[in-house]
Amino acid sequence: MNKKDINNIEKEMKLANEGLSEKERTLFSDARPTPVKPLNKYLEKFLNWARAESLWILAFGTGCGAIELRPLMTSRFDMFRYGIAPRPTPRQASVFVIGGYASIKTIKRIVRSYEQMQGPKFVIALGSCTINGGMYYDSYYTINRIDHYIPVDIYVAGCMPRPEALIAGFNKLKMQIKAGKCDGMNKYAENFDWYKENQKRVIKDWNMPDYNW
Amino acid sequence: MNITTKILYAIISVLVATAYGLTLGGIVRKIYARVHGRYGPPVWQPFIDILQTHGKRVSISHGYMFYLGPVFRLAGGLGTYLFIPVIFGSVVFSNFSMAGDLLLVMYFIFFGQLGMALGAGEGGHPYSPIGISRGLAQMSTFEVPFALSVIALAIQYNTLNITTIVAAQQGSILNWTLFTNPLAVVAAMISLLGMNMHSPFSIVLAPQEIPIGPPIEMNSSFLATLQTNRGLFGAAKLVLFMNLYFGGAAHPNIFIALAIMVVKTFLIYMFSVFVGAAFPRFRPEQSMRFFLKWPTIIGIASIILVAYF
Repeated sequence: MNKKDINNIEKEMKLANEGLSEKERTLFSDARPTPVKPLNKYLEKFLNWARAESLWILAFGTGCGAIELRPLMTSRFDMFRYGIAPRPTPRQASVFVIGGYASIKTIKRIVRSYEQMQGPKFVIALGSCTINGGMYYDSYYTINRIDHYIPVDIYVAGCMPRPEALIAGFNKLKMQIKAGKCDGMNKYAENFDWYKENQKRVIKDWNMPDYNW
Repeated sequence: MNITTKILYAIISVLVATAYGLTLGGIVRKIYARVHGRYGPPVWQPFIDILQTHGKRVSISHGYMFYLGPVFRLAGGLGTYLFIPVIFGSVVFSNFSMAGDLLLVMYFIFFGQLGMALGAGEGGHPYSPIGISRGLAQMSTFEVPFALSVIALAIQYNTLNITTIVAAQQGSILNWTLFTNPLAVVAAMISLLGMNMHSPFSIVLAPQEIPIGPPIEMNSSFLATLQTNRGLFGAAKLVLFMNLYFGGAAHPNIFIALAIMVVKTFLIYMFSVFVGAAFPRFRPEQSMRFFLKWPTIIGIASIILVAYF
């Protein structure tokens, strides 16, 4: 393969960022996310332990289920004893809790926030609405299955699940992370085109870069 | 003593201080939790948090200054710590203290913040300049009573060397600056409240209104560097206050001296924790006016008292 072909392939691999104006395109990155290999066996195991024992939630309520996150910080449920803490910005968070139904307007923000989180990142989907649409299954403006748009690690079923159920979900997530089974970040990067296609099918006013670095 | 041994001792000293600062943070989180009626995170949670942030597989940078911001901050913390003698008379914990080190330490306290301001500014998030402007403005104001208090000390002890100041306070508890010059201690302890950024003066990080302020764009290892510095710098400030105002830590046995250091710094820190638990947050202009009013007057009074009476 000569140099020209390689350049062409690289050009095709770049994201088009068609939702942005010509002027804005220069301001955003057009690189695709790439899967990152885990470190060697023992180091990765150690880091997975640290990741599981220190879960930082992105404090972004995406639906009615966000109300179940608040009691977790109070003395009755106290999530801090499990090493779970809220974090105000996606750059520093490692767990995204999808709080119930996601409207089209919210899924746009969910995608944006999820992509801005630094990997490895984990997603807990709360409530029946995130699994099959729940009571909003035939609504014109809510999405039915969240895992068509971002990879999900743990589902907590119910409408609404109690805070105890959410804590049980967090503990299940911890076990999964320690077992090295939570690789949503790489899953997203490997199936990037499929996820983007699904997202763009529902989000009609796509006025953001194709991947939010 | 040759330079290799000295560096080795400095490394031991820095590691001990960082571990102590982080554990102190964990203990304070536990105390807050117990006040709320919660069980609270384990004491070693800050260490796991640092491992976790270091363990991220990717990180986003916004340019050269963004890289240098956390580095400057850590350099500020290291600089502050390395010029303070931690334990009076100990070879391992004397660090690089020398004549006139008090001025250098005061400079380094400012230096880290300025470096961080440059780095965080390049992140481009609108909340970080708001946090920076608040932070620098508040720092300029709490530095006034602290500087006045240090000037009072310089006049009182006729030196700017921290080791000499500690030496002058040995012998009896009544030799402490706390008893020989109480006004200077009051001014400095009020400025410590601003330095520790606990509740009445927590306008810089303010997680509810300007989500976490300056480090809002910091991620992965950038954030881990800042967290490490929080432990080291926190310990350094407390050790400085212990040395200047509360007689330092001195004992022939190094472990007993360390224990004295731990007890004293813990109590100094508890002062700002209790004030933080009891008072709500000031608005920025309230905080700045506060520092320029009473603590400044007390600081000036302490200088006049030392110089003329």
